[in-house]
Amino acid sequence: MIKKDLRVINELGIHARPAGMLANTASKFACELKLIKDKMEVNCKSIMGVMTLAAGKDSTLTVVASGSDEAAAMAAIEELFASKFDED
Amino acid sequence: MLIKKGIAASLGIAIGRAHIVKEENILIEQKEIPPEKIKAEIKRFRDALDKTKSDLDLIRAKVLTVLGKQHAKLIDSHHLILSDPLITKEVPKLIAEKGLNAEFALSEILDRAEQEFEKIDDEFFHERKHDVFDVGKKIISNLVNSEKVSLKDIKEPVIIIAHNLYPSDTLHIRESNKVLGFCMDLGSKSSHTAIFAQSMGIPAVVGLSDISRQIQSGDSVIVDGEQGMVIIAPTAEIIAKYKLRQEELHKQEIFFHRLKGLPAITRDGHRINLMVNLDSSADVQELAAARSEGVGLFRTEFLYMNRDAVPTEDEQLKAYSNVARALGSLPLTIRTADIGGDRATQLGIKGLKDERNPFMGFRGIRLFIKYPELLKTQLRAIYKANAGATIKIMIPMVSSLNEVTTVKEMAQEVKTELSEEGFEIKKDPEFGVMVEIPAAAIILDSLLGEIDFVSIGTNDLVQYTLAVDRINQYVSELYEPFHPAVLRLINLVVQTAHKKGKPVSVCGEMASDPYAIPLLVGLGVDILSVPMKMYLRAKFSVRIMNFERFAALAQQALGLPTSEQIRKMVEEELK
Repeated sequence: MIKKDLRVINELGIHARPAGMLANTASKFACELKLIKDKMEVNCKSIMGVMTLAAGKDSTLTVVASGSDEAAAMAAIEELFASKFDED
Repeated sequence: MLIKKGIAASLGIAIGRAHIVKEENILIEQKEIPPEKIKAEIKRFRDALDKTKSDLDLIRAKVLTVLGKQHAKLIDSHHLILSDPLITKEVPKLIAEKGLNAEFALSEILDRAEQEFEKIDDEFFHERKHDVFDVGKKIISNLVNSEKVSLKDIKEPVIIIAHNLYPSDTLHIRESNKVLGFCMDLGSKSSHTAIFAQSMGIPAVVGLSDISRQIQSGDSVIVDGEQGMVIIAPTAEIIAKYKLRQEELHKQEIFFHRLKGLPAITRDGHRINLMVNLDSSADVQELAAARSEGVGLFRTEFLYMNRDAVPTEDEQLKAYSNVARALGSLPLTIRTADIGGDRATQLGIKGLKDERNPFMGFRGIRLFIKYPELLKTQLRAIYKANAGATIKIMIPMVSSLNEVTTVKEMAQEVKTELSEEGFEIKKDPEFGVMVEIPAAAIILDSLLGEIDFVSIGTNDLVQYTLAVDRINQYVSELYEPFHPAVLRLINLVVQTAHKKGKPVSVCGEMASDPYAIPLLVGLGVDILSVPMKMYLRAKFSVRIMNFERFAALAQQALGLPTSEQIRKMVEEELK
C-alpha cells in the first residue's frame, strides 16, 4: 500500500470533468484506489464519489493505492493533479 | 405513529395505503424479486444501462455537431456516471442481496448519492448533483419503459405521496380514479395540484417538506385535509376517530345537498351569482347535476396537456360546444389558454428558451400575442362554439391596454374571416380581463372601455402583489390572501368597475374560502366562481351571512394594518 498527499492546484477544483478524469484513469488500474478528504473516504473509480468530496482549489487529498499495480496508478494520479487536469 | 404537519390543501379525510411517486411521472415501487429471478432482474438492469449508453451516444453525436466539443464533454461525464461502480456494481449487489427490483435498487443508490451531495456546502459542487440525477432518470425511464408503470395504471385505491406533482400527473390521477388522497413535499394551498384536488374533492395536504422520504409504499396513512396533517402508521384508536369524522363530513355533505337549486342570497336579501370553475370538458355530466348559475372560469389548458402538438380548431370547437350545450342558456366564461414557455416547447413551438422565473415570464396572453396563430385558432373555435350566444372570453395575465386591444383586433379579424367563410355570427361574445397582475388592477379604469367584465384571479394576484412564489416552501407562509394590500386592490377593482356598471367576479381560491367569502361579498363582488366540489359549501357561506353587516366590516378591514387583525375580525364575527 502506498499513500500520498496531493494538493488541488487547478482554479476550479475537482468539479465534474476532473472527477471524470480521475475516475477514468483510476479505472484503468487493477489496484484499489481511495481518496480521503476531511475524514471522508471515497472510491477514486467512482465519479460520483469523487464529486461529493467537493475538493476546491488548494484543498489537500490523501490518495491511497493498494494492489499489484499501485505504483503505476499513483504515478498516473499524481500526473493528473500536476497537469491541473488539462485546465486552461 | 408519526404526525406530520403541512398545509391543508383540500378538505376531507382519506384513510388508506401509501403509494410513493418519484419524480418524472414514474412510480417506483418496491417489489420483491424471488431468488430464481434475480439473474434476470440484473440482466434487465444491465440492458437498461446499455440502452442508456447508446442513447447518450446519439445525444453526444448531436451535441458535438450542434454545440461543439466542450459541451460534448459533459456527455462524457454522463458516460462516466453510467460506468461508475456505484451504479454498475452496487445496484446489482443490492438487487442480489436484498431481492429488490432494479428501479428500486437504483433509486436507493441515487438517494444515497443525493444525500452525500446534500451535505456539500459549496454551491458549485452541490449543483453537480443534477448531472447525476439526469443520468439516473434516463436509466430509470429506460427500465420503466418496458414496464409501463404510470399513475394511470394504479389498480388499488391508494394515497399518493410525492415530492411534487405536475399538471400532467393530475390528469393521470383523474383517469385512474383510484386516488383516495395525496400528500406532497412541495406546494401551497393554491398550487395547481391543490386546485385540482379541490375540484376533484380529493383530500390533500401539501408543503410537508420531506414526507416522500419518510413514507414507504404500502404504509398505512391518514390524510387530514381539514387540519393539514398526515398521520403515518396510525393506531387503531386514531383510525376509529377519523372514521367517525369521515362520517360526520359525509352527513354535512348531505346537508349541503339540500341547498341545491336554492339561490346564493344573503340573509338580508343581497343576491350574488355563484358559478363554477371548470378544468376540463370531462366534468360536463356533473355540471348539470350541480345546478350552478354558469361557468365563471373555464380553464382551457387541459387541451394543451400531455401531447406534442397544438390542439386543432376542431378539437377545441368540440370541447367548447360540449360545455356550452350542457349549460344551455347559462353563461360560459372561457379563458384563453394560460400556458407557459415550457409547455409551448413540448407542443413543438420552436425558439423558446428555459426561463429562470416562469411565473414572471412568458405565459398567458403574452405568449399568445407572440404566437398569434395559437390565439387565432382558439378564438375561431370559441366564435364557432358560440351558437347559443352564451360565451364570454376572458384574457389571462393582462398587464396593459395594448394586450387587450391586440386581442380584440384579432377577434375582429377572426370575425371577418368567419363571415367570409359563410359562418353566421349572431352575437359578439363579451370580453373580460383577468386581474392577476397588480398593474391591471391599478389601470383598470383605462381598460374598462374595451371590456365588459372583470374577473379577479386571486391566486396569482396574491402571489404577484406580495412577491411570493406560492410553491417556494421558504416563503409560502408569506402567501396571505387576507393581506391588507390584497383586500385594498380587490376593493379598488370593485369600485372602479362598478363606476362603469361592469360586474366583477372572483375566481381564485379565495372565492371558496368560508372566511373570505363574506369579505368579498361585503366588498361588493358580484360573482363568485368556485370549484364544483366547493359549490354548495360556498353557497352555504353566502346564505348564512348578513350583507349589510359585512359591507361595514369589509370597510373596517380596509383600514386594518395586518392580515392577522383582519382574520381575527372575520373569525370572531363568524363564531
